[in-house]
Amino acid sequence: MTAAAALASPHLLGIEGLTPAEIELLLDLSEHYVQLNRSGQKKSDVLRGQTLINVFFENSTRTRTSFELAGKRLGADVINISPEVSSVRKGETLLDTALTLDAMHADLLVVRHPESGAVKLIAEKAGCAVVNGGDGSHEHPTQALLDALAIRRRTGRLHGLVVAICGDILHSRVARSNMLLLRAMGAEVRVIAPPTLMPAAIDRYGVTVFHDMSEGIRDADIVMMLRLQLERMRGSFVPSTAEYFRFFGLDRAKLALAKPDALIMHPGPMNRGVEIDSDVADDVSRSLVQEQVEMGVAVRMACLDLLTRKTPSNEGDAR
Amino acid sequence: MKRRFFKDARLLDPASGLDADGGLLAENGRIVDMGPHLIDGPDDAEAIDCGGLCLAPGLIDMRARLGEPGEEQKETIDSLSAAAAKGGVTAVVGLPNTEPAIDDASVVEFVARRAREVKGVKVYVYGAATRGFEGERLTDIGLLREAGALAFTDGDHAIADSQMMRRVLSYASGFDALVIQHAEDPSLTAGAVATEGEIATRLGLPAAPAEAEAMMLERDLRLVEMTGARYHAAHLSTAAAATELAAAKRRGLDVSADTAPVYFALNETELLEYRTFARVSPPLRPESDRQAIVTALRDGVIDVIASDHWGQDQEAKRLPFAQSDPGVVGVETMLPLALELYHKGEIELLDLLAKMTVNPARLLDLPMGTLTVGAPADLVLFDLDRPTRIDVASFLSKSKNSPFDGRPVQGVVVATFVDGRFVYDARDA
Repeated sequence: MTAAAALASPHLLGIEGLTPAEIELLLDLSEHYVQLNRSGQKKSDVLRGQTLINVFFENSTRTRTSFELAGKRLGADVINISPEVSSVRKGETLLDTALTLDAMHADLLVVRHPESGAVKLIAEKAGCAVVNGGDGSHEHPTQALLDALAIRRRTGRLHGLVVAICGDILHSRVARSNMLLLRAMGAEVRVIAPPTLMPAAIDRYGVTVFHDMSEGIRDADIVMMLRLQLERMRGSFVPSTAEYFRFFGLDRAKLALAKPDALIMHPGPMNRGVEIDSDVADDVSRSLVQEQVEMGVAVRMACLDLLTRKTPSNEGDAR
Repeated sequence: MKRRFFKDARLLDPASGLDADGGLLAENGRIVDMGPHLIDGPDDAEAIDCGGLCLAPGLIDMRARLGEPGEEQKETIDSLSAAAAKGGVTAVVGLPNTEPAIDDASVVEFVARRAREVKGVKVYVYGAATRGFEGERLTDIGLLREAGALAFTDGDHAIADSQMMRRVLSYASGFDALVIQHAEDPSLTAGAVATEGEIATRLGLPAAPAEAEAMMLERDLRLVEMTGARYHAAHLSTAAAATELAAAKRRGLDVSADTAPVYFALNETELLEYRTFARVSPPLRPESDRQAIVTALRDGVIDVIASDHWGQDQEAKRLPFAQSDPGVVGVETMLPLALELYHKGEIELLDLLAKMTVNPARLLDLPMGTLTVGAPADLVLFDLDRPTRIDVASFLSKSKNSPFDGRPVQGVVVATFVDGRFVYDARDA
């Protein structure tokens, strides 16, 4: 596999479309920024004079802060805006916003939107690089990259690992991006959820479907728990938090079925006692949750860096 | 060590196809030996001379109302258990339509405790599929199942909303749990107490089209195909629904159905004179539907006969027809009414018994319903041919609402055993 020097696409809209070489490149550069962030000299001037706008149509603390920090450490001017999502004439508002942002001559836009595909729509109108900060139930590429980095740093590889992704797969963009990335890098991926939270034809991602967590988690190297969207929870997807925790929550008993040194991940924020027991979430020897946050900043620095590199040509398809 | 030897019986085991004279030895509540080779039992065993009568697995009634908790004036687990034993029934499965509803594991445990106290026939329950039968929110199907609920149903409420039914089937499939549906479209049946047609028109009763059943069933079958769930249609009553079900089975879907004696033994003419004991849900159908149900039983399209036992007191039945509550008592009359189909030459004896023994046992994953070494000694001893008349005055059920009072039938239960012990004994009667 020849190492790529840049990304073929001017935007980072999803893991879909990235080659394994591009993923390697992003992870390797992220590794470099992990070292930088851990050194006394955290600042770089890679993005000096450039403007990064975080456009979050959906609430977020963790992801927005992480992008903000990434931009500032690279020397960019960073501003955050949270446009109101009008319930009527949503499409028109979104395009208006895109045109407004374009007129400001930003160099980078990080966009999060509750609707799948909305970030792509903005990218088509924007005259600069766009990073998907999460769109609906579609993709959340920087989350998948930071998860991969956290795993790779601990285990030294992605290829051949058994990764069990458990929880609300149906609504999860994190799951979709992770399935794409992990399969591209040669990991074995299992998805675990009650049938009501499992999207149709999910096996087409090359993953194995489980409805019984104790079967799905067996001998896994990595157990990746997803946040149960409590607002969607009461009612007809899942009967109750008590039942969910009993059958799909990660506790010591279920974790014991995974490999003895299996690592636990969660994209946060966690619903303790719903999808994960505090006892395992806070076990520093097993839980990667804090490391995931740290990796998030490094991965976003790498993404911003790569997307603003002036390459001679993006026409030559790196794929 | 308690041993009981059943001597000189006609052994009937639908699961293995056995129909032969022989003996059966039970020890500590289980069958330890049986077959034509067993002429005499061990000396230390208590011998029961069956005198050539039929000895079959105790009947499993997969649809009944326990009365408890909430309607103890109509039925209790004590009275139902005594009535069931008299009917040759050794296991009863209660609907979750109690008060409070069985939509919480604690109610499953309450019924189990009451059944242990009564120590009569075996008593099981279904869990509600949606909370309060409102068709809006799933129940804790996993936790209810762990507590002992055998399957999931909203009882006499149809789960009407397609998205909700899809979720019920989908979620239940994750636990490999059976979903049982009262298949009638409630938007068509609301307020109806009869089947649309000449009789309902002449009586001036609110009526619903028979098609309401097939329509709901057809939708359900598509959802089953979509979700891969296990599905059972309760008390099937129309020709159109039987046709739908047969087609689904040919397509290989994991679906099944039961019917109740009222739907193969009666037709809508029972409603004449406004006899409220003939008010049932779904309502009685035209004769052509009754005949189709008999055919569906014979062809194996309908897998199970269940009593659909629902005790109603005088207050619930001594009312104008449309204001009366639906339901008939049935555990004591299920066997003789089913045997009518055998005596008329409609269905082979073992096939008929299978619908009340091994078939419901398999559907509900109950380790019973067969005469097999190691199986529990749940047995019914009955006289296949003895004529009698159904007499509600002799019923042990707390309620007497039967439309069959006075009907001549052939077939009398002589004794019933649960785990090898007598729960009913009329050998001297």
